[in-house]
Amino acid sequence: MAKKGVPLSEMATSDTHGEDSPYFVGWKVYDENPYDAASNPSGVIQMGLAENQVSFDLLEDYLEQHPQEFGWGCGVSSFRENALFQDYHGLKTFTRAVALFMEQIRGGRTQFDPQHIVLTAGATAANELLTFILADPGDGLLIPTPYYPGFDRDLRWRTGVNIIPVHCNSSNGFQITLRALEDACAGAESMKVRVKGLLLTNPSNPLGTAITRPVLEEILDFVAHKGIHLISDEIYSGSVFSSDEFVSMTEIVESGGHQERERVHIVYSLSKDLGLPGYRVGTIYSYNNEVVTTARRMSSFTLVSSQTQKMLASLLSDKEFTENYLRTNRERLKKRYEFVVEGLSNAGIRCLQGNAGLFCWMNLGELLEEPTVEGELSLWNSMLHEAKLNVSPGSSCHCLEAGWFRVCFANMSQQTLEVALMRMKDFTEKMKAKQMISSL
Amino acid sequence: MSPTPSKKSADADAAAAAATATQARSSATGLGGGGGGAGMRLIVPLQGVVQGRGGLVLGTLIPCALFYFLQFYLRRNRSPPPTSPQPPAANGPDLPGIVRSSSRNFLSARGSSGHAAVSSRAASIARSGDSPYFVGTKKCSEDPYHPVDNPDGVIQLGLAENRLSLDLIGDWLARNVTNTLLDERQGGLSISGLATYQPFDGLVELKMAVAEFMGQVMQGSVSFDPSQIIMTAGATPAIEILSFCLADAGNAFLVPSPYYPGYDRNIRWRAGIELIPVPCRSTDNFGLSIPALERAYNQAKMRGVKVRAVLFSNPSNPVGNLLHRETLRDLLDFVTEKGIHVIADEVFAGSTHGTEDFVSMAEVLNTDEFDRSRVHIVYGLSKDLSVPGFRIGLIYSFNEHVIAAASKLARFSSVSVPTQHLLISMLNDTKFITQYIKTNRERLRVMYALLVNGLKQLGVESVKSSGGFYCWTDMSKFMKSYSEKGELELWKEMLNVAKIHLTPGTACHCIEPGWFRLCFTTLTEKDVPVVLERIKRVVDNH
Repeated sequence: MAKKGVPLSEMATSDTHGEDSPYFVGWKVYDENPYDAASNPSGVIQMGLAENQVSFDLLEDYLEQHPQEFGWGCGVSSFRENALFQDYHGLKTFTRAVALFMEQIRGGRTQFDPQHIVLTAGATAANELLTFILADPGDGLLIPTPYYPGFDRDLRWRTGVNIIPVHCNSSNGFQITLRALEDACAGAESMKVRVKGLLLTNPSNPLGTAITRPVLEEILDFVAHKGIHLISDEIYSGSVFSSDEFVSMTEIVESGGHQERERVHIVYSLSKDLGLPGYRVGTIYSYNNEVVTTARRMSSFTLVSSQTQKMLASLLSDKEFTENYLRTNRERLKKRYEFVVEGLSNAGIRCLQGNAGLFCWMNLGELLEEPTVEGELSLWNSMLHEAKLNVSPGSSCHCLEAGWFRVCFANMSQQTLEVALMRMKDFTEKMKAKQMISSL
Repeated sequence: MSPTPSKKSADADAAAAAATATQARSSATGLGGGGGGAGMRLIVPLQGVVQGRGGLVLGTLIPCALFYFLQFYLRRNRSPPPTSPQPPAANGPDLPGIVRSSSRNFLSARGSSGHAAVSSRAASIARSGDSPYFVGTKKCSEDPYHPVDNPDGVIQLGLAENRLSLDLIGDWLARNVTNTLLDERQGGLSISGLATYQPFDGLVELKMAVAEFMGQVMQGSVSFDPSQIIMTAGATPAIEILSFCLADAGNAFLVPSPYYPGYDRNIRWRAGIELIPVPCRSTDNFGLSIPALERAYNQAKMRGVKVRAVLFSNPSNPVGNLLHRETLRDLLDFVTEKGIHVIADEVFAGSTHGTEDFVSMAEVLNTDEFDRSRVHIVYGLSKDLSVPGFRIGLIYSFNEHVIAAASKLARFSSVSVPTQHLLISMLNDTKFITQYIKTNRERLRVMYALLVNGLKQLGVESVKSSGGFYCWTDMSKFMKSYSEKGELELWKEMLNVAKIHLTPGTACHCIEPGWFRLCFTTLTEKDVPVVLERIKRVVDNH
């Protein structure tokens, strides 16, 4: 028999999955030595995973009070149809519930038509699907930096589409500017890459900021002028600390007139706001019928379990519950954020002024040996192995300025967070001392 | 038996298809054109063809869309690419300093609808058009048969759902679901277990439970290793992910035909892999033929197409036959000699109802010295456990690199964690599972026999099937002409006169006209005489 292995595809053997980046390496180090207050107090604290665990008690309570909702309610026959249900339109009760929930997050300022909702198994799938639909292999998607490191894999790997970074910097709080957009387009042109769309994350990951109305309007004008699509990934929209600080792209679209609707597509998911990443519930909301139809068909590769849809339909339609949940979740995240910022401040660390999300964007520039990617990674490495803190280096997020790091704060208990902040303080003091000594 | 076409004409058809396919392929950008002209007609999509992996609407639009996709795609590739893309709708005044012509090159103006065009990958599929076959499934949904409420409605026999044993699963759930959801002791179904990310390729407990189940279902002669399993949201993404791993866009898979119509979408659409049908003949009871594979492989080679794998289903959809151990070994020899992969789609393995034993590809590997790294199995719980809505499928591979890549790709098609927990409980209830498998098989056997014998009385012969949800029947003697056109007309007559929706063989790429696939698992015993009476209406006309 032939000893040589049967060749695989280029895709299977490429490293576009990006899992060799520090972002993922840190996770592996954590997995091998995870912190536990009781059994492993010197383990690595995971601050690189954007999970929301601050409000799951609310879900638990709901489950306890409404056990029937989580089952099949009225018995065997409803189960039968549910088990067979694999229609990519989704369960009507569920898509309606998702639409309602999305409306609530936006304070009722926009309406969502359930018929324009396409369900996918997670936002990861939604983003990839839209990329397949809007761009051909070799085309480009503009993405403002810094951005979620997973995009490199999710949007490029199977699709063959390129990411064209739109560089933002700290001079204006990393806001997206028209100049940056134009520069990125020019760069694409010179590389003979056809730009097909712009993907925004609003609120931003990793910045933890909601994009302001004027910037959103400028962006919509820009995509309209360029004749490209706009994907607004709003998976953190329910995690804005104060609800009136979030402006959805849907609001801009609806106030702006009909022309631009067809190019706007929203991505949402229950993984962050509702803290249910394991459920794999994502959605695409598009004003464009062609995109909706195509996305729906393509969603055959990534359908949401009918059981899960049934399970969540009542929970999401329960207005009293969702209002309370959203309000409470916002408050708790805000508190956490303030706690973290204060703790970091005590350690002499500044953060970008944030108002959303499960993380903050901190600056350790002063601690770098050299203001370069290498310097940043060296510091990151020290933090990981000495302070036993896994944070995400800005370079993994394609940030051009060295020294920025994303710190997640919602995926752990308050106690663990306190331990983490103490370690951070110790670490920065140590590093500063080292710096002083080496400058002598 | 009905007259079969001479071997010569069958091969000639195949050759013609291959030849015309070459022309289309030469300028293809890797999306696998199915061949123009005569070849095109072989790939006629019909509503309801995406059986068992889609609902009514799914089954309607995709095949129709594929029809237009292929037409559009071939036409596009025959003419030079458009030099001036459709201009975007007025987006405002020209900004000073912007050179119109250069900005045009980088606008997404190609495609169907004005200024917010989609990719060419998507544009062609989006146009579903008015395919004649759309009519069929539409009729089913508008006028569905119901024994009491609508006894004259259209009977849907094109959709592969197994309703025969749903009551068993339903009972189990009624007894167990609240417990499994709320009881932490039964494996951590508390919310906190659900509020965190879990491995995208499936919980270890589920892999273990599924491995056990597979061993049981495949009649216990082989055991499955959980570490070789990648769970996916249904077998549909499992096949697609495997395709992405084993071949590059523009490569091809050899697929014995007739085959499951859904492969066309699953494998060609995004992965861009061509499917080359390798006709099986009614004279061989539609058995796999190695010489036919050899011929198809060589023909592909001659037109410069790289074949990367053989894909086959066992039990076969649509025919329902099982492959013998010898055939599986011969197949392994073939792929080894060619240096290619083999994908065994075994989703119906637990749904055997005949007297033959099912032999999994895994079993053959067990006993013989083959290079395992080329073997990959697709499985899932949609068929055997009647839970297609829950989206539980898997790749079982003997290739560690495929496992590594697929486990990362599973992130796009991951199984919902609460559903995983539910299944872990269910699968671990071995007493229930054993009873279920046994009862389900018995019910399949009874229903199959009822329908097949009834059809026989009407003069409609079926291929002997040992597994799956279908009867593969020969209705060629009722066609007006022995051709695809004749088949289409008969299909229409079935729909309009008999008010039965069947899947015609051309949808499954069968080169012998007149074969139809009927799904029997949505029927109750009382429905069978109704179905037979309806078919008789058409039979009597001929």
